[in-house]
Amino acid sequence: MDLTALLLSRIQFGSTIAFHIIFPSFSIGLAAWLTVLEALHLWTGRPVHRAVFEFWLKIFGIAFGLGVVSGIVMAFQFGTNWSELARMSGPIQGPLLSYETFTAFTLEASFFGVLLFGRSRVPPWFYLFSTAMVALGTTLSAFWIMANNSWMQVPVGYVIENGRFVPNDWFKINLSPVLWVRFPHMVLAAYLTGAFCAAATGAWYMLRGIFAVEARIMLRMGLYLAAVLLPVQGLFGHLNGEYVVHHQPSKMAAIEARWHDEKPASEVLFAWPDVENRRNLFAITLPPPLGSLIDSDSLSAGEVGLESIPPENWPPVVIPFFSFRIMVGCWLVMLLVAWVGSYLIHKGRIEQNRLLLWATFLSFPLPFISILSGWVTAEVGRQPWVVYGVLRTADALTPFLTARTVEISLAVYCVVYSFIFAFGIFYIYRLLRAGPEGRLVLPPAAAVPNRPMSVVDEDRLTPAARHVSAGE
Amino acid sequence: MIMFWVAILAVSILLYVLLDGFDLGIGILFGLTRDETRRHAMLSAVAPIWDGNETWLVVAGVVLWGAFPVVYATLFSAFYLPLLLMLAGLILRGVAFEYRYKTERMRGVWDAGFAGGSLVAAFMQGLTVGALVEELPIANGHYTGGEFGWFSPFAVLCGVGLCLGYALLGACWLVRKCEGDVREDAYRLIPYLSVALLAFLVVVFVYALAGNLRVVHRWLERPYLFVFPAISIVAAVVAAASVRRRRDGVPYYMVALIFAAAFGTLAISFWPYMIPFSITIEEAAAPYSSPYFMFWGEGLFVFPLMLLYTAISYTVFRGKVRPTADHY
Repeated sequence: MDLTALLLSRIQFGSTIAFHIIFPSFSIGLAAWLTVLEALHLWTGRPVHRAVFEFWLKIFGIAFGLGVVSGIVMAFQFGTNWSELARMSGPIQGPLLSYETFTAFTLEASFFGVLLFGRSRVPPWFYLFSTAMVALGTTLSAFWIMANNSWMQVPVGYVIENGRFVPNDWFKINLSPVLWVRFPHMVLAAYLTGAFCAAATGAWYMLRGIFAVEARIMLRMGLYLAAVLLPVQGLFGHLNGEYVVHHQPSKMAAIEARWHDEKPASEVLFAWPDVENRRNLFAITLPPPLGSLIDSDSLSAGEVGLESIPPENWPPVVIPFFSFRIMVGCWLVMLLVAWVGSYLIHKGRIEQNRLLLWATFLSFPLPFISILSGWVTAEVGRQPWVVYGVLRTADALTPFLTARTVEISLAVYCVVYSFIFAFGIFYIYRLLRAGPEGRLVLPPAAAVPNRPMSVVDEDRLTPAARHVSAGE
Repeated sequence: MIMFWVAILAVSILLYVLLDGFDLGIGILFGLTRDETRRHAMLSAVAPIWDGNETWLVVAGVVLWGAFPVVYATLFSAFYLPLLLMLAGLILRGVAFEYRYKTERMRGVWDAGFAGGSLVAAFMQGLTVGALVEELPIANGHYTGGEFGWFSPFAVLCGVGLCLGYALLGACWLVRKCEGDVREDAYRLIPYLSVALLAFLVVVFVYALAGNLRVVHRWLERPYLFVFPAISIVAAVVAAASVRRRRDGVPYYMVALIFAAAFGTLAISFWPYMIPFSITIEEAAAPYSSPYFMFWGEGLFVFPLMLLYTAISYTVFRGKVRPTADHY
C-alpha cells in the first residue's frame, strides 16, 4: 500500500487517540466507583471501604495523569494534520472542545487536589462531595467529547457559509438524539471498565489467597454492578444501531456485510467479506426477517445494501464488520462471567470456584478491547467522511502536508508514547500486584493538587510517617 | 464579543509565558547541575504548580480554535514540526516529575528527558514567535511555506533567546523559592543570563533593522510603543539592585514585567493582525454564534473560576520550599 500523508495522518490520529481513550475510560469508571466507596465508607463506617478507596485512588492517579498527558496531543492534532477540518468546523468543534478543557480544568483538577491531600483538612461530607465532583468532571469531559464526535457522525444545527460550518442552533447540537444515545453508551462502557478491573483484581487476590476482605468487596461490587449494567449497555448498543440505520446507511451495510438491498433482510453472523466480488465467503447467515428485526425492530423493513451506495462512499468494509463482532463478542463473554459470577456470589460459592475466579481475572482486558473495537466501528465505519455526508476525510487533510513529515511525527509519537506508557502501565501493574498493603496509608503530604501521580510516591514517606499511618 | 475572546486569549498566553516560562527555565537550569540535593530542591520549587501552568497552553489552544479557527488551522499546520517537538518535549518533562522518583536505575534517563524536554519546548516556542515576527509566507489566507517555511536564522535566534529568557525567569523563581546552594547558584547565574539576554536583544534589534522587517515600521508609526522598552529598563534596574541586595522576592516580578512588556510590544505592533501581517482579528473570527456560545458558559463563569483557582494554588504554595518539610 502506498503510504500517503493522508493514510499516515489517519494512522497517527487513530493510534494516538486509541492510546488516549484507554485512560479516560478507565478513570471515568474509577471516579464513579470511588464515589460509591466513599459514600459506603461514610454510611457504614467500615474501615475496609476506606482501604479499598485509598488503594484505587492510587491507580486512579496514574490513569488520570496519563490521560491528561495524552489528551494534550489531541488538542493540537486537529490543527496540525487536519487543518482544513479545523478551519471549516472550528466554529462548532472548537467551542465544544473548549468547554471540555474548561470544565476539566475546574472540576477535575481542583477537586482532585482535595482528594489527594484534603482528607484531614476538610469535613467528611466535603470530601465525599469532592469525590463526586471529580466523577462529575470526568463525566462532563466525556459529554463534550461525545458532543463533538456525534456532530461529526451526524452533523446538525449548522449552515454552510463561505466554506465553513456556521452553528445556528446550539440546542440541536447539544441535545441531538444521536448524542444522547452515544454518550450513555460511552459512560456505561467506562463504568463496565471500572467494574471489571475491580472484579478482576479481587479475583486475582482470591486466587493468591491474600487480602480476603478487600478482595471480596471488589469482586462483589464489580460483578454485581456489571451484571446489572451489561443488559442496559446492550439496550444502548441497540439504540446506537438505530441511529446508524437512520443516518449512516453505508456504515450499517458494512457492519452487516450486506451487499444487496433486502426486504425483509437476513443477518450475517460470521463471514469473510469479499469486497472485490461483493459477496461473503464462509458466511453463516440467519434467515430473514432476523436482519430487519435486529436493525429496525421490524419483521418487514427493507435494509440498504452496499450496492445501492456509490463505491466511492463505502467504508473499508472488513474493518467495521470485524470490529463490531469483536465488540459484541466481548460483551457476551462479559455478560456470561458477570451473571454466573453474581449467581455464585449470591449462593456464597464463588470463593471455591477457581474456574470462575480465573475467568473473572482474565476478563480484565475485555472492556478495553470492546471500547477500542466499538470506536473503530464508529470511526472507520464513518469513512470516507470525516463529517458524515458533508466533508471527506481526504479533503480535511492539511493540504501541503507531505508523507515524510507525517512519517517523522508518527515515529516520534510511537517512541515517546511506548516509552512513557510502558512505564506507566508497568507501574499500575506493580501497584495492583502489591495490593492495598499499607492499610489506611495516608496520602503523602508531598502529593499536590496538580500532580495526580504523586499520590503513589509511597517511597517518599519516611519510616516514621509510614508507622504512624499504619497504626491508625 | 470577539474582543472579549481576544482579551481571554491574550491573558491565557501571557499567563502561560510567565508561569510555564519559569517552569521550563528551571528545567533548562536543571541540566546544569548533577547534584541530587540541588535537583530535588529545584523540582520542589515547581512541582506543585507545573501542571496547572501548562494547562494555560491548552486553554489558549482551544480558545484559538473556538473563536479564531482560521488562525488555529493556519498556524498549527504551518508549525507542524516545531509543535510536534514542543509536545514531545512537554510530555517527557511532564512525566519526569513523577517517574524519576519511582526508580533509581532509570533516573538518569528521566532527568535527561526533563532537561532536554524543557530546552526543546522553550526553543520551539521562541522559534515560532520569531517566525511570526518575520512573517510566514501566506497567500489568500493559506500558508504556502511548506514543511520548513518557518525556518530562518532569525527564528533560530529567537529560539535561543527565549531559552535564555526562560532560564532567567527560572533563576529568579529559584531565588524566590529556594534557600542555600540553589539560591546562591541562581544568584550567580542571573547576571550572566541577563547579559546574554541583553546581547540577544541587541542582535535581534539590529537584525530587524537590517532586514527591514515590517514590525520595525510599526514601531516608528506608533511611537507610544516605546513606553514598553522604558518600562523594561526601569524593571531591569530594579531587578539589578534587588539582586545585589539579595532581595529574594523582587527579581522574578521584575523579569516577569519585562516579559509582559515584550508581550505587549509584540501584541500591539501586530494589531489588528492575528497572523502578522496577513490575517486580521476580524478575518480570523468565528461566526458570532460560536464566541457567543462560549461566552455564556466558560467565558463568564468558568474562566474567572480558573483565575481564582490559580491564585489560590499559588497562595497555598507561597513562601520558601523547605526540602525537609516536603516529606511529611
